[in-house]
Amino acid sequence: MRDQELWTWHIGAGAVILVLLGLHMTVMHLEAIVRVFNPAPGEPVDWANVVARGKSVFFLVTYVLLLGTALFHGFYGLRNILFELNPGPATKKTLSGLILVVGLALFVVGTWAAWVGFTVARGA
Amino acid sequence: MIENKGRPNRLGLKGWLGGGRWGFERYLYTLHRVTGLGLLTYFVMHIGVTASRAFGESAWVAAMGAVKGPLFSVGEYLVFAAFAFHALNGVRLGLVELGFAIGAPIEPVYPYRTSVDEQRPLAIGVMILAAILAIVGGIGFLN
Repeated sequence: MRDQELWTWHIGAGAVILVLLGLHMTVMHLEAIVRVFNPAPGEPVDWANVVARGKSVFFLVTYVLLLGTALFHGFYGLRNILFELNPGPATKKTLSGLILVVGLALFVVGTWAAWVGFTVARGA
Repeated sequence: MIENKGRPNRLGLKGWLGGGRWGFERYLYTLHRVTGLGLLTYFVMHIGVTASRAFGESAWVAAMGAVKGPLFSVGEYLVFAAFAFHALNGVRLGLVELGFAIGAPIEPVYPYRTSVDEQRPLAIGVMILAAILAIVGGIGFLN
C-alpha cells in the first residue's frame, strides 16, 4: 500500500481513537457522573463492573476497534519517527516488518483477551 | 509518511530540540512525537495488564493491585495530560492537513508572510484547551 494511503488511514484512525478513547475515559474516570456503564457499586476496575461491561457486545466491538485503530495509529507513527532519521533501505524494510509483526501480535493478544473476557462474563 | 525526495533530514533527533525559524509550531511537533511515544509505551503495557482479565477474577485483582500506588497515580495523570495534548494537537494537525485555518493564497509580495502566521491563532487556541483539560483532569486525579 502506498504511503499516502497509509497516512490518510493514520489520520482517520486518529479521529476514531478520539471518539472511542473519549468514551473509554468517560467509562473509566467519570463514573461519578455517568453511572450507566458501571452498574455495580465501587470502582470501574472492580471485578463486578468488569464482568458487567464484559457481557456487552457493544463493549466487545468497541474494545477491538479501539485496539486495532490505536495500534495502527501508534505503530505507524513510530515508523514515521524512525524513518525521519534516514535509515538505509534494508533497515527500513526490517523496521517495517518488525513493527508489523509486533503490532499484529499485540492485536491478537488484545482481541483474544477481549473475547475470552466476553465469554467468561456471559457464562458468569 | 510521504517519501522525502528533497534534502534528507540531516539534523536527526537534534532537530527536535530547536524550533529555529518555525517557532512555536516546531515545538508542538516535538511534543507531539514525545507524547506519542509515551502514549504508545503506556498502551502496550495497558494491553498486557488488562489482558489478565482473561485468566479470571484472581488474576485481574492481582494485576490491578500491582499497578496501584502514588507512583502509578502520577504516571496515570501524565498519560492523561499527554493524551489531552496529543489529541487536541492532532485535531489541529488534521484541520491544517485538510486546508483549514491556513488562510487564502496571496501574492508573494515583500515583506513575505507565511501561512504559519495564519495558523498561529489555531495553535494557541488548541493549546489553551489542552491546558484547561489537563488542569481539570488534574483536579479529578487529586480528588
